[in-house]
Amino acid sequence: MIPLSGFVSQLLEIILALAFAPLLTGWVNQCRAWLQNRSAPGLLQPYRALHKLFNKESVVAESASPIFRIAPYIVFGCMALVCAIAPTLSTDLPLAPAADTIALVGLFALARVFISLAAMDIGTSFGTLGARREMLIGFLAEPALLMVLFSASLITQSTSLANIVETLAHQPFAIYPSLAVAGVAFTFVALAENARVPVDNPATHLELTMIHEALILEYSGRHLALIEWAAALKLFAYSCIGLALFFPWGIAGAGTPLAMIVAIPVLLAKLAIGGVLLALIETINAKMRLFRVPEFLATAFLLAVIALLVHVLLGA
Amino acid sequence: MAHLDWILVLVGGWLGLGLLGILALRHTDFVARVLFPAGAAIALGLAAIALSALFDDPETAVLPLGLPNLPFHLRLDGLSAYFLLVIGAAGAGISVFAAGYFRQGEGTPPGLLCLEYHVFLASMALVVLADDAYAFMVMWETMALSSFFLVTANHRVPAIRQAGFLYLLVAHIGAIAILLCFGVLQANTGDYSFANMRAQSLSPLWASAAFLLATFGFGAKAGILPLHVWLPEAHPAAPSPVSALMSGVMLKTAIYGILRIGFDLLNAQLWWWGALLLALGLATALFGVVFSAVQTDMKRLLAYSSIENIGLLFVGIGLGVLFNAYGMHALSALALTAALYHVISHAFFKSLLFLGTGSVLHATGERSLGKLGGLMRRMPWVGWLVLIGVLASSGLPPLSGFVAEWLLLQSFLFTTELPNSFLNMLVPVVAAAIALVAALAGYAMVKFFGVIFLGQPREAKLAEAQDASLLERAGLIWLASGCVVLGLFPVPLIGAIDRVTQLLIGTGIASTVRNNGWLLLAPTTLERASYSPLIFLAVTCLAVLLAVLLVHRLYHGRVRFAPPWDCGYPAQTARMQDTAEGFGQPIRQIFEPFIRMRRELPSPFDEKPIYHVRIEDHLWHWLYLPIARTTERFARLVGRLQQGRIAIYLLYSFLTLLVLLLVVVAK
Repeated sequence: MIPLSGFVSQLLEIILALAFAPLLTGWVNQCRAWLQNRSAPGLLQPYRALHKLFNKESVVAESASPIFRIAPYIVFGCMALVCAIAPTLSTDLPLAPAADTIALVGLFALARVFISLAAMDIGTSFGTLGARREMLIGFLAEPALLMVLFSASLITQSTSLANIVETLAHQPFAIYPSLAVAGVAFTFVALAENARVPVDNPATHLELTMIHEALILEYSGRHLALIEWAAALKLFAYSCIGLALFFPWGIAGAGTPLAMIVAIPVLLAKLAIGGVLLALIETINAKMRLFRVPEFLATAFLLAVIALLVHVLLGA
Repeated sequence: MAHLDWILVLVGGWLGLGLLGILALRHTDFVARVLFPAGAAIALGLAAIALSALFDDPETAVLPLGLPNLPFHLRLDGLSAYFLLVIGAAGAGISVFAAGYFRQGEGTPPGLLCLEYHVFLASMALVVLADDAYAFMVMWETMALSSFFLVTANHRVPAIRQAGFLYLLVAHIGAIAILLCFGVLQANTGDYSFANMRAQSLSPLWASAAFLLATFGFGAKAGILPLHVWLPEAHPAAPSPVSALMSGVMLKTAIYGILRIGFDLLNAQLWWWGALLLALGLATALFGVVFSAVQTDMKRLLAYSSIENIGLLFVGIGLGVLFNAYGMHALSALALTAALYHVISHAFFKSLLFLGTGSVLHATGERSLGKLGGLMRRMPWVGWLVLIGVLASSGLPPLSGFVAEWLLLQSFLFTTELPNSFLNMLVPVVAAAIALVAALAGYAMVKFFGVIFLGQPREAKLAEAQDASLLERAGLIWLASGCVVLGLFPVPLIGAIDRVTQLLIGTGIASTVRNNGWLLLAPTTLERASYSPLIFLAVTCLAVLLAVLLVHRLYHGRVRFAPPWDCGYPAQTARMQDTAEGFGQPIRQIFEPFIRMRRELPSPFDEKPIYHVRIEDHLWHWLYLPIARTTERFARLVGRLQQGRIAIYLLYSFLTLLVLLLVVVAK
């Protein structure tokens, strides 16, 4: 049976992710506004936006098929599962054996396929354009992400994310060159997958350049709210996976309920710093042309493969 | 009666149905409503018997057919039983669908089609049962010929005839290689039974020759680079149930052949065989997936996707050979399990997708993706069932395609333990390429589904499209539920595959998997890796349900239907959507060097602008056309001998006799 402590940490993690994911988005937006010398929206602005969207009625195109209406729920469900298996506070997660890193990548792909299909469903020019671009980024980012996770897997002899982090966190301090290279690749992938500058601009509605926004152009009301929330969860999950893989210290292990109390402020501090860095990256980079994106992601892919090779050749 | 007898009775039943079809040559209703469903029932029975035979001891039989003193030897062991299971299980769904599909007036009369179809099924079943080279080759050729006639069912179309001949040509070049391979395997004993071949221990040189011949011969049937050219021509040309049978099932007989010869008849493997299969499989998979993503014909897209999947199967087998050659049997079993899992999973989802295109073809008369669209609303049954196949084909959890991909990637993570530093270095690169192939497959499948079923109908006639008939739906439902069940319950099937790997390399992963519990799929240890599709599905569904409930409870659930917004642009037409070309454009641009593309772009001042793009295969121009030209030149040279006058021919005979006499005298 699942021990109580595992159950508690699992529940705590999911609640934390659902509750704090919009806060992270708000924090990044605030930092970005400060860095760009604008007056910042409040930290709680994403919550207000979600509340507003949930209250509005949902306008659905007449030609929409049921795929359009179920896709937001599926995407939200996928991201909720991602947050459940990603070790944020503790590595003692009863749900972790259900999906390892390969399944995690599959989960991201599942969400991406459904949102792309939903975008193609209405049959508008921007929807299909967004779907094509999203799938383009996806097919380049997905193998890179898998390779990054594989380099960590080879070091720790496990593909279970919880076990990887457990091993990395509780061993004597060591710097792995392969993980350092993989970390750069992971950053590239995370920027692309979360529709951030320099790949996409989350604040744009300029038709020719948008990717993520083009996908969800037809959504409104509660459907849009779920998608926005899922996007926030994705950013949260990516940040937490990155932090757990490359800066795992402070995460609670199995059977240490007290460590959980320490883990929460540590995680929040790490996320706060990560948010500042993300805002910095977004501020000092310009959005690149769409045709440059494959080069950007191919670089990430190559770096990830190099990370694997470094591990295989140097054993580190 | 033993399993094998029952199987022979059922296979005989198929042949009987075929003969009945000949008697009722043009009675479409009888053929479609009675014979094909009966064939489906037989297929189902075959699958059930094969499943029970899988857990039993091998059986042999001798059929008093064929030449005097040279009867057919048959043997039913784990490997044959597993492939019979695939043939029966996928064949059942395809036959039910075919019952609703074949109609009057499509080339070959339905009765004849019924004969060819059931002979094709029966020959595939007997290929995997054959226990001597003679029976194997006879069945192999029957399979090639019956499928050739099925491909050319619509023989009045010149392009289909051409595709059929290309298929026949490559099939026979492959068959020659297989025949030569058996010749090497019997090691000058003159005994062509498989039992004798198993007993021989060949020198590495001859074993390698046999293995290379087998790879060539079976590779030609499977569509391995560079012998793939017939596949994207022949598979789409056939009627859809036949395409499904060829892509979903027939290609697997080639996989069977490689496994039978590589692991069973040859008793030791060399590591470079594995490396060769790995390289061939990888090149094939990458080629297939890139070309599948740029196709504009829905059946060609699926045919290239089959090439990709065959490539992945070869990668799995290659990895199995590599591990086995270094004595790492447990890991070899893991890689082979991945390949065998993919065999049955691909049989289900590819058949499902091909049959789905058949329904679309009947409803709309269109194969070109550029003229379809929006069929989800007109054909919801086909749409939703094909969606399951699309998700399985993209390798997404929790469906069947993902399990195979997961197992394959897991076995890649163990390659660092290989005692060969060259391979250690190369294998991560291969794993990366496999990941790329899987991701690109998702791209191709989103394009396939999105362009056919979603969006606005691109032609006015699509508004009248009818959903599939009841029998067609039944076939699709059977195959789709196969994708779901295989995806959700991997542990029992791995128990079945275990029997095959036990036979081939003497070990399996089932006991480990079972020890780790039925809910979790963990091929080695729980700490190392585990995946549970059921929990995966349950948690995702729970999250979705909770989201739906909470959203509807806490907030109002009002929906208003309105015209699409599209950034406020009012004059939307169906032609503004991405076409299949448009969706494939990024792939064309990124993989430009691999694709031979001819494109005509209109100038801005054209009265009637025409855009035209043709995607071609480099290999066709670099390899096949030169060979064809050389053959033709040679034939013309030989043709000079033919003068058409009897005196000249008599002179040839006279000269030949003279030369022969000289030879005799010289001796």
